Amino acid sequence: MKPAPFDLVPAMTAAEALPHLAGPREAKPVAGSQSLGPMLNLRVARPELLVDLSACADLRAVTEEDDAILYGAAITHAEFEDGAVPDATPGWLAPIARRIAYRAVRNRGTIGGSIAHADPAADWVVTMTGLGASVRILGPRGARDLPMAEFVTGALSTALEPGEIIAAIRLPRRSARARWSYWKFCRKTGEFAKASACVLADPDRGEHRVLAAAIERAPVALPDPQALIEGRADPRAAVEAALPFLTPERRALQVTATIRALDALDALDALRTGASA
Amino acid sequence: MDSSGHGVGASLRRLEDDRYLEGRGRFVGDIRMPGMLEVAFLRSPVAHAEIRGIAKPGGLEHQVFAAADLTGVAGIRADSGLPGFRSSVQPVLAHDRIRHVNEPIAACVAETRARAEDLADATVLDFDTLPAVHDMLKARDPGAPLLHPGWEENVFLESGFEAGFEAATEGAPVKIRRQYRTARQCMSPMEGRGVVAYMDEQADQLVVITSTQMPHIVRNGLAECLGLDQGRIRVIAPDVGGGFGYKGILLAEEVVLGWLAMHLRRPVRWIEDRREQLAGNANCREHWYDITGYATPDGRLLAVDCEAVVDSGAYSAYPFSACLEAAQVASILPGPYKMDGFRCRTWSVATNKPAILPYRGVARTGVCFAMELVMDDLAREIGMEPAEFRRRNLVTGPEMPFVNITNKIFDSGDYVEALDRTVAALDLPALRARQAAGEPDGRLMGVGLSIFCEQGAHGTSVYSGWGIPMVPGFEQATARMTPDGGLELRVGVQSHGQSLETTLAQIANEVLGVEPRKVKLVHGDTALTPYSTGTWGSRCIVMAGGAVATACEELAGRVRKIAGTLLQADPSEILLGGGEARGPSGSVPLSEIGKVWYHRPQDLPEGVDPAGLEATKGYKTVRDTGTFSYACHAAVVLVDPGTGAVEIEQYRITEDGGVLVNPMVVDGQVRGGAAQGIGTALYEEMPYDGEGQPLATTLAEYLLPGADEVPAIPIDHMETPSPISRFGQKGIGESGAIGPPAAIGNAVNDALRPFGAAIAQVPITPERVLAALAMGEPA
Repeated sequence: MKPAPFDLVPAMTAAEALPHLAGPREAKPVAGSQSLGPMLNLRVARPELLVDLSACADLRAVTEEDDAILYGAAITHAEFEDGAVPDATPGWLAPIARRIAYRAVRNRGTIGGSIAHADPAADWVVTMTGLGASVRILGPRGARDLPMAEFVTGALSTALEPGEIIAAIRLPRRSARARWSYWKFCRKTGEFAKASACVLADPDRGEHRVLAAAIERAPVALPDPQALIEGRADPRAAVEAALPFLTPERRALQVTATIRALDALDALDALRTGASA
Repeated sequence: MDSSGHGVGASLRRLEDDRYLEGRGRFVGDIRMPGMLEVAFLRSPVAHAEIRGIAKPGGLEHQVFAAADLTGVAGIRADSGLPGFRSSVQPVLAHDRIRHVNEPIAACVAETRARAEDLADATVLDFDTLPAVHDMLKARDPGAPLLHPGWEENVFLESGFEAGFEAATEGAPVKIRRQYRTARQCMSPMEGRGVVAYMDEQADQLVVITSTQMPHIVRNGLAECLGLDQGRIRVIAPDVGGGFGYKGILLAEEVVLGWLAMHLRRPVRWIEDRREQLAGNANCREHWYDITGYATPDGRLLAVDCEAVVDSGAYSAYPFSACLEAAQVASILPGPYKMDGFRCRTWSVATNKPAILPYRGVARTGVCFAMELVMDDLAREIGMEPAEFRRRNLVTGPEMPFVNITNKIFDSGDYVEALDRTVAALDLPALRARQAAGEPDGRLMGVGLSIFCEQGAHGTSVYSGWGIPMVPGFEQATARMTPDGGLELRVGVQSHGQSLETTLAQIANEVLGVEPRKVKLVHGDTALTPYSTGTWGSRCIVMAGGAVATACEELAGRVRKIAGTLLQADPSEILLGGGEARGPSGSVPLSEIGKVWYHRPQDLPEGVDPAGLEATKGYKTVRDTGTFSYACHAAVVLVDPGTGAVEIEQYRITEDGGVLVNPMVVDGQVRGGAAQGIGTALYEEMPYDGEGQPLATTLAEYLLPGADEVPAIPIDHMETPSPISRFGQKGIGESGAIGPPAAIGNAVNDALRPFGAAIAQVPITPERVLAALAMGEPA
């Protein structure tokens, strides 16, 4: 360990943590420490105080509502992977979790930590945006909810105000009729994606979404997703129009990601049609 | 000789495995000493600058040491004697000029590393930034900022070779010219560097425990830089977690730690972290080639012409110097091929980057990439299957031994058979048919080959001409039988993954019949072992193996004499094997012989050899021009045109390492090397920006292949004995890392060919493949 000096406060509840984060010392919340840890050792991050949220019982809770499930921010990737928490979707979460980095990272890394860090290529940042999740924020002035699409404001940038933490991720329930695909391109197993895309088609809720992500900024929702999903629009043209800032190579990758995510949805449809026939 | 099956040729399980697999190894990072202080280095944030001043933190000045504090310390000088070599000095701490990012400037000493880092943080460096030389192709431009005083251009050495070129190329009907580039890479052993230094007051010695491949060479360098008698320095290499060339060097940090231990009279330790390794220490491999191949339409290679530039970085690393790579390019570019003409000019260029170091394969990996890609393009130009074009130009078995166009003496083997075996195992016709049919998932399949030879264990006559501070001579080993009939072997080479504790024990078993488990290898300590240049150049199994055999033979003669007395037989009738000495009418265990010599000398005959059961002998190969192992690598790849991703579907190797002392160990060496070669081919790259800043300073940016990226690699062994080594063994340690960029590069280009696209640079990243496809002109 060779970070700059800091103090560490282990919190047992979010309420206990919040005053420490309210100042005056420069404080940072930490849970799995899979992003912050290396930054501390590289001395890129130099907080005076670390507030450890990983043992906060309320931040590890799962709350089932009629229409959604609230996942405590300190739930680990491994707990999603292992099915240790209920799934608000028809089995989509475990496959997402299984491909986050490596198991050692998944054992400690948390969904809230990942989303608060807001790496544009992070799996939860992309998929929770795609799945229409919202973020429950706790801070000195109480609780507030923000949709993922508004929460992530850019690469490594969020709408969290000083002293605020993520308490939970609220994920709407999806019926068996809903369809979903997530495709990402990684240069090697466990690396951050260089391009990713996800597609949601939920006729029951009337939600359709096609996201282009891992583009060094917040995920971009492509216009007219239903047309893309139904094959009435050209994904190549859509990506090229929406992401003019990418290099030609990165844009080509993004076109591929989008086409393959859409194709995967079609393949799912074909499978279902076959199964029901 | 030995019927127990533990000698030369046995796939004996490694004797060192238990210790490593159970986590009981002792590496530098495991060493704690009472009163030990930790060292962190303040390193340069910029690539090129004049230092104006260093302000140490108030009240803590005595814990921060800059160049001016290091009284009596000389800089590191590794000059080559090659004509035209420009001399330079690498200061152990930069004092007036900074020449690369992360160059050490001050050593900060504290109770913990974190506190030492705090000191480095609080030390203020005042400097004037200078323009940086970041691109080797611009380093020679007129007006480029010069790195070293008194130099007219940023070139350590210009070298060349020419033979029969004009005559061979006159009117040559087929000519292909290409430019290729290999990325700057960072060698990444599991264990980084690390040093513990302390004073042994009783011995009046500075003891430097360091993660090195060459303790004796480090001692030479420390003595020069610290101005100490060699007898007052002891260098110890504990368990070393991989080297690959990264630890075949005298470190500035070793010199600084040595001085600190003497000055502070307390143990000091520095453990390199991954960022220091990536951003400032582990540079290798960056080559550029402008290469032209000449051939006839019926498939005869006529000549090769090449200009090559190697980015040697800012300093000449000790002991191999700044010109090892580039000068090697000129001598090994022709590879395993026959040709009538050859011309090559090379430049070892100085830039504001860390010094280039010889990485497993040294220049061969880049050379093989350039040569083998040209071979494929020549074959395509004349409409021939690349394997067939190679076949027509390889040195053949009956031509061995063969003196090639650069006067390398290929000792033995059959290069054509290696090619034929590989192609047969691939079933090339089936692959071509599959390629013509196309892949169901739309990916593009390609097949690529590379073939090369690897000079190993080359000695005095090869290296004396280089004039570097390290020329190997006779390799020595000491063999000592213990009173219980066991054996201690002492060698000056260093095992850091080569399995020498096992393979040298097998050689002792082959000669003396002693059980390998009763052989203790003592290595990695200048106080305990004969002098050696260390572990590099695929030399250990040939040189240290030969030395161990020679010392054991000497011992065997003495053992036979004692056994003859005990068995009432003539020594010439005594056979050693299975842990005993057998005569015509009985046998005696080696333990009995040890017991008689040490404990019951009254039972020894009159006139017994007083030298006893300990012998030190020196060894050279029959001819010191080196063994030549060789290999043919084959890759079948699938290229995804949508992503540029390259999947290695199949990778196979036909390899000839001569007589294999332990085939299982050789397989491990070859596969490990191939994994590193796959890293060179597809993943590893340290880019620098225009200010000379390294851009991949953590393992999140610097990608290494993992288990998922390295396929199962079948290895087919040929075992043509070398006529120059003791058992016919050949050096093979680097081989695996040489072939992959060329084989994979050729395979990718084979896949891209229908699109008129080709890559000319490793690593073959998705972006480079997509860019090549975008620029391609489909046929």
